[in-house]
Amino acid sequence: MTKPACSYLSFDNVSRRFGAATAVDGVSLDIAKGEFVALVGASGSGKSTLLKMVNRLIDPSGGNVDLDSQNVEDIALPALRRRIGYVFQSIGLFPHMDVGQNIAIGPRLSGTTLSPDRIGELLSLVELEPEMTSRMPDELSGGQRQRVGVARALANDPELLLMDEPFGALDPVTRDALGERVLALHREFGLTTVMVTHDMAEALLLADRVLIMDAGRIVADETPEALVAGEGGEIAQGLVAVPRHQADRLAELSR
Amino acid sequence: MSGLWEAIMGLGDQLAAHVLLSASAIALGIIVALPLAVWASRSPAVSRASLAFASLVQTIPALALLALFFPILLSLRAVFGEGLPTLGFLPALLALALYALLPILRNAVTAQANLDPGVIEAAHGVGMTFRQRLLLVEAPLSAPFIMAGIRTAAVWTIGAATLATTIGQKSLGDPIFAGLQTQNWVLVLAGCIASAGLAILADSLLGTIERGFRERRRGLWLGGLTAVLLGVGAAFFAQFGGDEDDSVVIGAKGFSEQYILARLIGQRLEAEGFAVEYRDGLGSAVAHSAAASGEIDVYVDYTGTIWTNQMKRTENPPREQMYREIARWEEANTGMEVLGRLGFENAYGLAMSREAATFGEFNSIADVAQRGQAMVIGGDPEFFERPEWIAVRDAYGLRFAGQRNFSPTFMYNALQSGEADIIGAYTSDGRIVADRLVILDDPRGAFPNYDAVLLLSPQAAEDEALRAALMPLIDAIDVEAMREANYSVDREEDKLTFDEAARLLSERAGL
Repeated sequence: MTKPACSYLSFDNVSRRFGAATAVDGVSLDIAKGEFVALVGASGSGKSTLLKMVNRLIDPSGGNVDLDSQNVEDIALPALRRRIGYVFQSIGLFPHMDVGQNIAIGPRLSGTTLSPDRIGELLSLVELEPEMTSRMPDELSGGQRQRVGVARALANDPELLLMDEPFGALDPVTRDALGERVLALHREFGLTTVMVTHDMAEALLLADRVLIMDAGRIVADETPEALVAGEGGEIAQGLVAVPRHQADRLAELSR
Repeated sequence: MSGLWEAIMGLGDQLAAHVLLSASAIALGIIVALPLAVWASRSPAVSRASLAFASLVQTIPALALLALFFPILLSLRAVFGEGLPTLGFLPALLALALYALLPILRNAVTAQANLDPGVIEAAHGVGMTFRQRLLLVEAPLSAPFIMAGIRTAAVWTIGAATLATTIGQKSLGDPIFAGLQTQNWVLVLAGCIASAGLAILADSLLGTIERGFRERRRGLWLGGLTAVLLGVGAAFFAQFGGDEDDSVVIGAKGFSEQYILARLIGQRLEAEGFAVEYRDGLGSAVAHSAAASGEIDVYVDYTGTIWTNQMKRTENPPREQMYREIARWEEANTGMEVLGRLGFENAYGLAMSREAATFGEFNSIADVAQRGQAMVIGGDPEFFERPEWIAVRDAYGLRFAGQRNFSPTFMYNALQSGEADIIGAYTSDGRIVADRLVILDDPRGAFPNYDAVLLLSPQAAEDEALRAALMPLIDAIDVEAMREANYSVDREEDKLTFDEAARLLSERAGL
């Protein structure tokens, strides 16, 4: 893996151990500005741990993570996290705040108030009506909630968007629509996006670079096209085989 | 039961004191429990240690916890100086606050532990600082659970606060303990109804606040909170609204004679223009230390009690000599003044029913020592711990089949119902005559004299006006008058109140 000239997010020999177990084992990796990277792997492969070391929800046991040429450990924790949009599987809307307050929480923490217009704008970015602003989270469907989660992640105008299995708990239709929506936003705002998923089909369809993790190491780093063409080695091809088989079965059915 | 309503209506002062004490204890409990809960949520060791401590406190009977603060505060005087109160509000506050700690702490810790981890991760993820996470997320989400803990604490505290009476703090326990003394069930019931009513009211108001938090209805919890604050504010005003603080504090131990004598002293002082307060239901040792330290200004004690319990003397000198030695000892060791003897003796003596004594030919304690091994002896809660009893027991080699503690009132009932065959009775008790009891002879003179004496705290001893007002009580009360007054509150029918009995006594004594 060669270091691109314009590395925005880089991992330098990063490891993380939990007691005797090694979750991430000496990963070095560079991600350029504007990339949409999917981290794919089985449960326990270390992909979530790797992601959380970017906004320091987890600190590395060894090695460095640099964001925009600055070691993340040198950035004050709240400031670092407010620069980064973060979306995750359990969504984590604050149940005692309405939709508008949830979306505005990031700016509020740094002392700015988000205007109702801006909240409405963020809601329409994730295809929700601006009237939703006064609803409470428990009045929303799962899909609507994660849309609010995405809007909240975008409220601070981040350059980097981290997503930890963001669509894992959603039904397939919602999942597909929201995935497409996030891809459109990624392009519209020129975001750098890192998405953890165990669903290879999702990774192939959304990302422009797919990293495959196994036992704490990156075992393949390919474009979706290359993976579909059979590159990336045995573990990668094992994962690609699943959607390919499904596609073949569907093709047979429609014949 | 016609007097019940009046009895309840007469409890305004005790109610206000009870509200203030309970509210202060709960507030202190909250102030300690919440930061501890936050710390515990960050450290499992702190969580375990603090919950274990709070649970341990909870296993101590409330009465014992209250009593323990007297010696604790007494020893803390070495640090904080002689001004530190050892009786009354401060020890009651500390003991009850400790008691209130557990439910608040447990609910707060549980609420924190049960917060949705996704929400906490989100709080970290959006970049909240420790403070922001606490104030914007953890506090509002834990609030309903913490409030439920505060509710439980409030109900417990209001109930346990009735016991504060025993350490000299005014509370709704006053009528309960006074009523228990004299089997005046109207008074007991009035105290119970008032404290239960207060607990129910507090529970429903705090429940309103809890519901307001849970349903996120600001109006609801603000309304509940306002009502609570108004109630506590009203109690505060009722207690301290333009009141002077130089009243004479009269102490009384926990039996009828003491309550009556305290009222007798109080009535005299009020007639002379003094403002008075009462600290009733004190234990013997507590009353003596309280007077020595100036917590109470004046109380009645008995020569034999001071001789054996405070002076730790075992010999038994003649009456006059004992009295003079006590007066000298008090002056030298506690600074208290023994103003004089009231004129009667209230000795401990072993009493049996006349029938049983006649039938078994028990005339003296020596007979009991010889042939009374199958009997059960009853005594008040202090009796078997007192050196006088131990001296008598050892002097005669007394052995019994069993020994039981009763409150003084129930002790006489126990003798009549056969639950005890012989009791440690008081010789000035009206029930000795009324219940047809005999006091057994003490041929070896093992029980000391128990002349009632009036004791003044070191501060009160310097108050000439106070001394002059009390002087007429000296040598004014004979044992018949005292027995009559005692019986007037102890009997089953036509009970007098302590105030009425004190007036009766005053009349009989020609004061």
